[in-house]
Amino acid sequence: MTGIISYGAYIPIYRMNRELLAQVWGSAVGRGEKAVANFDEDTITMAVEASIDALGGMERQADGLYFASTTPPYREKQCASIVAAALDFPADREFFTADFTNSLRAGTSALKAGFEAVKSGMAKKVIIAGADCRIPAPDSEFESLFGDGAAAFVLGDSDIAVEIEGTYTTYSEFIDTWRREKDAYLLTWEDRFIFEEGYEKHLPCSIEGLMAKHKLTKKDFSKFVFYAPDARRHAAMARRLGLAPKEVQEPLFDQVGHTGCALAPMMLVAALEEAKPGDRILLANYSDGADAFSLRVTEQIEKIKGRRGIKHHLNSKLMLANYGKYLRFRDLMEWQAERRPSDISSLTSLWRERNQFLRFHGGKCRRCGTIQHPIQRVCAVCQAKDDYEEIRLSDKKGTVFSFAMDERAMVKDLPNVSGVVDLDGGGRCYGMLTDREPEKIEVGMKVEMTLRNLHDGSGIHNYCWKPRPIRA
Amino acid sequence: MAESIKDKVAIVGMGCTQFGERWDTGLEDLVIEAAYEAYEDAGIEPKDIQAAWIGTMFNTTAAGTLASPLKLGSIPCTRVENACGTGHEALRNACYALIAKAFDLVLALGVEKMKDTGFGGIATGPTTSGTEAWRPTYFYGVSPPTRYALAATRYFAKYGLSPEQGKRVLAKISVKSHYYGARNPRAHLRREITEEQVMKAPIISWPLGLFDCCGVTDGAAAAILCRAEDAKNFRDDYVVFKGLGAASGPGMGKVLTTYDFTWWDETEGAVRQAYEQAGIKDPRKEIDLVEVHDCFSIAELIATESLFLCERGKYKEQMSDINAYYVEGEMPVNTSGGLKSFGHPIGASGCRETFESYKQIQGKAQEPSRQKKRWKTDKKLALAHNQGGHPGKFACNVTVVGLP
Repeated sequence: MTGIISYGAYIPIYRMNRELLAQVWGSAVGRGEKAVANFDEDTITMAVEASIDALGGMERQADGLYFASTTPPYREKQCASIVAAALDFPADREFFTADFTNSLRAGTSALKAGFEAVKSGMAKKVIIAGADCRIPAPDSEFESLFGDGAAAFVLGDSDIAVEIEGTYTTYSEFIDTWRREKDAYLLTWEDRFIFEEGYEKHLPCSIEGLMAKHKLTKKDFSKFVFYAPDARRHAAMARRLGLAPKEVQEPLFDQVGHTGCALAPMMLVAALEEAKPGDRILLANYSDGADAFSLRVTEQIEKIKGRRGIKHHLNSKLMLANYGKYLRFRDLMEWQAERRPSDISSLTSLWRERNQFLRFHGGKCRRCGTIQHPIQRVCAVCQAKDDYEEIRLSDKKGTVFSFAMDERAMVKDLPNVSGVVDLDGGGRCYGMLTDREPEKIEVGMKVEMTLRNLHDGSGIHNYCWKPRPIRA
Repeated sequence: MAESIKDKVAIVGMGCTQFGERWDTGLEDLVIEAAYEAYEDAGIEPKDIQAAWIGTMFNTTAAGTLASPLKLGSIPCTRVENACGTGHEALRNACYALIAKAFDLVLALGVEKMKDTGFGGIATGPTTSGTEAWRPTYFYGVSPPTRYALAATRYFAKYGLSPEQGKRVLAKISVKSHYYGARNPRAHLRREITEEQVMKAPIISWPLGLFDCCGVTDGAAAAILCRAEDAKNFRDDYVVFKGLGAASGPGMGKVLTTYDFTWWDETEGAVRQAYEQAGIKDPRKEIDLVEVHDCFSIAELIATESLFLCERGKYKEQMSDINAYYVEGEMPVNTSGGLKSFGHPIGASGCRETFESYKQIQGKAQEPSRQKKRWKTDKKLALAHNQGGHPGKFACNVTVVGLP
């Protein structure tokens, strides 16, 4: 059997009430809210979050990781390899990484490629992580529509919670939304044309293809998880497919927004959170053609527990106070020139210290057992030299030992909250608290670690692990 | 066999510039201003100087920063640097060169030109010193106020002070610093403030507000030193070193869970050396005057404890009589106004603190209300504490000077 061993998702803590956009632009009020990545988040960090959620307590052993995004932080330079390293998959053995990009179908393309790798026997376990953080043009329909988020799946050939029974894919050169190399924002065409000739034709076509190929009918499926460009088209498609409301997986437009290539995968995670053994789920995704999957839920689904997935992440949120913060987060304006020195980085140093910062390893002294981060070659307690083992600290929770809140720091969201954190099981780390409400920070507060982009000095995304108050 | 420095090296002349935002005064001007005042005070000519030490954090060469403006000729000239503890480091190195009898008369000068940057405060961003240099992510963006705010937060938590209570204790320290800054003609910040002003001031890095932070200041201070046996050739009221302690910690405060930010091991290490050299058994009974490195109000509080000038964790209780720390109190601290009000040009502060000790001992504190009149012993012992780095990672110097 081949399929999904585990699933996970990620929704950034910040939400923008669509009323905020109506206030700023004097436009009609959109329904609900959308998720907005914090200033230090991007699709790599969100993919890492979703993957950690999916992996749960699993050993970091797999044969590959596929990253999917239309908004990868690097245009040239693979992102999957950074995600894999941040997740602390060993780099000293065979491991296949690949980026799937340039299409809103990238998430399901990666899922299908992973499925095929496992089914063919080339791999036993593959991580699929899809994330998007598309920047819409200010005061556009897309601005109200788009949200940020990620989903991840662990695929494998044993302990399958959701069997992937079959797939069906068509391709199309059809253009509906696009960006050229130097376009800051999406381009598109008259909506009636792109929906009527694109989405509304291709998606049903793949669903019909899947059913015909695998000799299934609509009645064989208990849930339909399908992509749509917006809520109205989603409802229209459900009608067109002749589906009852309970058969249709709710899209996330009102709570998260259109999360690009992560939308269909996130909807699937939401569906799996409610799925029962024996359920058969149809997953369909559209763009540049369409993918359809037939998924069968097994008894194993009951064993997947403690995932934050969609449900928990939806309930854990902070509202963006104003549009100005959003402009800062996405760096959408020309700002007053900063008189203080700009950020710098060193690729050499990042590389040399990759284990302790990107993988967030500490050193555990073999003689006295003291855990130290950054790694100390000479133990600070017993002075043993070069006698330590590296241990992963990114999965530790911790307690705020002390903190400060800098109101003058050069960061996009003041105050800059610095924390000294004592980790459960030993070790102390120092970092900027993110996803935090300043007035609630206190000594003794419990925190967990999250990968973030600290700054873009020297044109490099400088990733590191930050503490954040534990998300409910 | 190592020997104590006690009574071996004398200060025979000192100079100190006006501290402040010296828009019209460059680095070279500051060096010249301090050095020539020191020459005059010692009654010497520039050509009498046989070697020199320059303490500066931001200017890299001794030749360019010191030899060039002063035209010292072809003599040994050394730049030392220990972040904010640089000034004392210049003095300390000069002292040991004299004891080694390599030279007879030397100059030690600390200077920093801080206000040519175009922004207030000190830049955050990539760190530029020590092992943290070029680590793009570790310790990124941690400003000096934040580093000390971590100590304040922890001190409040450890001793059960609410933020309001804790900030009020610190406010009393800042009020005192400004009280003396207002009475010190060379100080940068010369306005008295009230406790309420401190409490209501904008936050710089919580819990520290504007008045918890020292001035960012241009300035320089200089000393002319010789061996004690030669001091009478220059003046009768010379001052001698009684103890010179120095301690650089391994900087594990943000690594080891045993470090708690409310006690500074490097200060303890340095002051124990200084007390032993000076033969001081009970500092509270023997030390007359103290200048501590109060870049932030919390720094004065914790330094006062770590120097054994009050019991650990008891600063608040002893502050119930704030007068204890004023000039005629039991343990006067920072009667110059401190780094807080006198100002803190990084490389200069250690020399400037010693300038305060030197002038007080000579009875030349300029403003009478600031002049110490009653002394515990006829040795008139004055302690100065200068440190670079931040809680968890200090290089600390403690200097005790007095009459021979």
